[in-house]
Amino acid sequence: MKITHLLGATAIALVPLATLAEDLPPCDNCADTMTIVSWGGAYSSSQLKAYHEPYSKLTGVSIVNDESSNEAVAKLRAMAEAGNVSWDVVDVVASDAIRLCDEGLAREMDFNEELAAAPDGTSAEEDFGDLLVSDCFIPQIVYSTTFGYRTDVAEWNGREPDDICDVFDLENFPGKRSLEKRPINNMEWALLCDGVAKEDVYDVLETEEGQDRAFAKLDTIKDSVIWWSAGAETPQRLADGEAVMGSTYNGRLFSLIEEQGQPVKMLWDAQVFDLDGWIIPAGLPEDRLNRALHYIMFATDTQRLADQAKFISYGPARASSAPLVGKHADLGIDMAPHMPTDPANAKNTFLYNYEWWADYRDDLDAKFQAWIAK
Amino acid sequence: MSTTAETLSSDAPSPEAQEAASETDARGRLLAADGTPLKLSLARALRRQKLRALALVAPLLFFVLVSFIFPIGGMLLRSVQNDIVPDTLPRTIAALEDWDPASDVLPGEPAFAALYTDLVVATERKTHTRLGSRLNYAAGGYSSMLRKSGRLVADFHLDWFEKKVSRDWDEPEVFTALFGEGEGPAAQALPKTAAAYAAWAEEMREQGEDPAKEEPWDLVYAALVEDLRAGGPALTGYSGPQAELIAETLAKIGEYDPPSYTDAFIKSDKDWGDPDNWAIIHQLSGRYTSSYFLAAADLERNTDGEIVDKPEEESIYIFLFERTLFLSLTITFSCLLLGYPIAWLLSNLPLRISNLLLILVLLPFWTSLLVRTSAWIVLLQQEGVINDLLVSVGILSDSGRLQMMFNQTGTIIAMTHILLPFMILPLYSVMKTIKPNYLRAAKSLGATDWTAFWRVYFPNTVPGIGAGAILVFILSIGYYITPELVGGTEGVFISNRIAYHISSSLNWGLAAALASLLLIVVLALYWVYDRIVGIDNVKLG
Repeated sequence: MKITHLLGATAIALVPLATLAEDLPPCDNCADTMTIVSWGGAYSSSQLKAYHEPYSKLTGVSIVNDESSNEAVAKLRAMAEAGNVSWDVVDVVASDAIRLCDEGLAREMDFNEELAAAPDGTSAEEDFGDLLVSDCFIPQIVYSTTFGYRTDVAEWNGREPDDICDVFDLENFPGKRSLEKRPINNMEWALLCDGVAKEDVYDVLETEEGQDRAFAKLDTIKDSVIWWSAGAETPQRLADGEAVMGSTYNGRLFSLIEEQGQPVKMLWDAQVFDLDGWIIPAGLPEDRLNRALHYIMFATDTQRLADQAKFISYGPARASSAPLVGKHADLGIDMAPHMPTDPANAKNTFLYNYEWWADYRDDLDAKFQAWIAK
Repeated sequence: MSTTAETLSSDAPSPEAQEAASETDARGRLLAADGTPLKLSLARALRRQKLRALALVAPLLFFVLVSFIFPIGGMLLRSVQNDIVPDTLPRTIAALEDWDPASDVLPGEPAFAALYTDLVVATERKTHTRLGSRLNYAAGGYSSMLRKSGRLVADFHLDWFEKKVSRDWDEPEVFTALFGEGEGPAAQALPKTAAAYAAWAEEMREQGEDPAKEEPWDLVYAALVEDLRAGGPALTGYSGPQAELIAETLAKIGEYDPPSYTDAFIKSDKDWGDPDNWAIIHQLSGRYTSSYFLAAADLERNTDGEIVDKPEEESIYIFLFERTLFLSLTITFSCLLLGYPIAWLLSNLPLRISNLLLILVLLPFWTSLLVRTSAWIVLLQQEGVINDLLVSVGILSDSGRLQMMFNQTGTIIAMTHILLPFMILPLYSVMKTIKPNYLRAAKSLGATDWTAFWRVYFPNTVPGIGAGAILVFILSIGYYITPELVGGTEGVFISNRIAYHISSSLNWGLAAALASLLLIVVLALYWVYDRIVGIDNVKLG
């Protein structure tokens, strides 16, 4: 009630935003502050500009930002056990969302009811399509984990890597590689470059021999690897010249290349797609839940998802947002060619198998950490 | 403690009072001035003192209990708790009691039937996937086994009723009409179904749902199948609500031929057909488990229940414990080596200069840990400042740059720097109290500089070394941010794995077991330290 009142009072100031507001119903019995959890850095600021600021302007809600997404699952579990969940909307990757949903820590969504339809009337479920990988998870962006490499390595004699297997080729491409300190993605790439067909990767990885095979392949470059655990490490190492190639999230490489102008290029081959999006914690009191749902309805509509791509090079999760992706807000460059989903970049992509990793993560992780330590 | 003793003695009767009171009562007891026996009076005063002291420390005690002892104790308890398995699979575990996990044959149909019942409940309560993640800590694959079986059991029997008899069977109203009244004719005709429905309705009400609006669990349909097959006069002559539907279903029940639970489960995921997977459930059926501690010590139980070493490619924790101790000792030692001369300088230079030096010691202490760690990365990495410098002056060739970061060297250098103040400060405060006369006296008696230092000065600083060493050691044994950033693969500590299991893998039981082991190791070392150095010999100032 308070919100609609506020809206009326500031109607004049909101003229440019009126178009946004027309489809958004007023929020009844809603809390007027909310805590949104995300990853921090450039990613959070893209959300701030594309979602939070317009939403606050529209509704008068004050949004508290928390940058705890990398330990969201652990914290949500602890909060639920303590019986005091203080977060309203949480940004997590798909695998974490699946775990939260599995543990009953995230609220199941009714996608068609609780999300906005596309402007042409396509239902939300159809618009998001296959990307709805969990009942609790509202996808926001498609990102990929892929490689970047320096373009000025003298030992490479002008060659440039264009195949994922060049990462394992120390002869033609000597130098340090920066890889993530976990089995996910690394094991798959190793098998792909050991001659396993893309569709067989997980079947092979399920067997002891397959795992040994992946480790054996990784052993060939182990001495040249610097491991990372935070997404910012690879860009930093590439910029310092400490590593000549390395894996990280494509948005990090975009800002390294386009915003900082470093002599680095993308190696899109066998990029691994993943999703990032929202969940609402289970068991919120009614007024906070209403607010969270209201926010989600606004922040995941077609225009908002396309808006986020003005600030960071991640692909919007709705099919209907893709044609609306425009130019970078500050650099003025066209964003479409920098999206992982752009046809030129997505010639050879690898689909990450969430269910398989939910099963084998603990097992393989123990082996991976033991392998890495020795 | 000493202050309490002082106040105590000052409160005790003064000499004059004692003299005046040095009378005895009839039984020969000493009396105080007011006539009460002295012993009683003293005890009373002492008790008052103790209460007052307790009242003074009570807020701190309460704070420590609430914010430290309880949470830590609760966390450590997780290392043995295993409620999720017996709570989620009570019937299955009971059915597995007679089964011999070493026999390498599958448990019989009753176990699968019990698993069906447990899983229907678990799926509805959404605890089956949680159980899956718990079992995954023991072996891979359970997560999808339980997920697939969860989908299987959700409409195991309902499917037939719905598809082959009548769509009405998934209408909540049918059941409300049948059993909504409690003891109606339907409850007599279908006793098991009525009981199953009542149990389910109770659970729904507890969850705050209205049973009249929800489709019942598959268990209700399983009971219905049993009732219909059992037949009986009450059922064949049934004329209560929904009589038509019941009669139709009764006529068709002979056609219903569901697969055995065993076959159905194995069809949903072939891993249910592997006795080893059942052996793990059997092993983990207790409310308390040693499995986390075994895992933390690189051990495991084989299917025969014997404790064996983990295969080498999975053992990591003992190795990490050893490395953590070794690196912490190295860091402590290098802190001592670097800190001792600085502390000596600080305590012997004129106050003006030593104060300036002290600020230099403290300055990094006030800087964020992450900033200091990152600064070391900038300095030490292969393309970093130090390597660049060495290459530019020609000491190193460009291809021979030193690897000083992302290995043990990196961890030792960065952590020594970070922990140095903890060594310098206790050393400094102890050295400050050593009178220079001692050294002069030693020298005047003919000692060389070295003898004077080693025989006179050094022994006096041992309490400071003890305090500094124990501070640095204990702090470094629990460090994880710095090793994570600069340690690469060779320089990470056991705490990194604990942090990983707390915040990423969510295997809190294992994290708690590792943390408990670390605590035990530290306490053991503390005991050894007490025996060698003597904890009374430790001084912070």
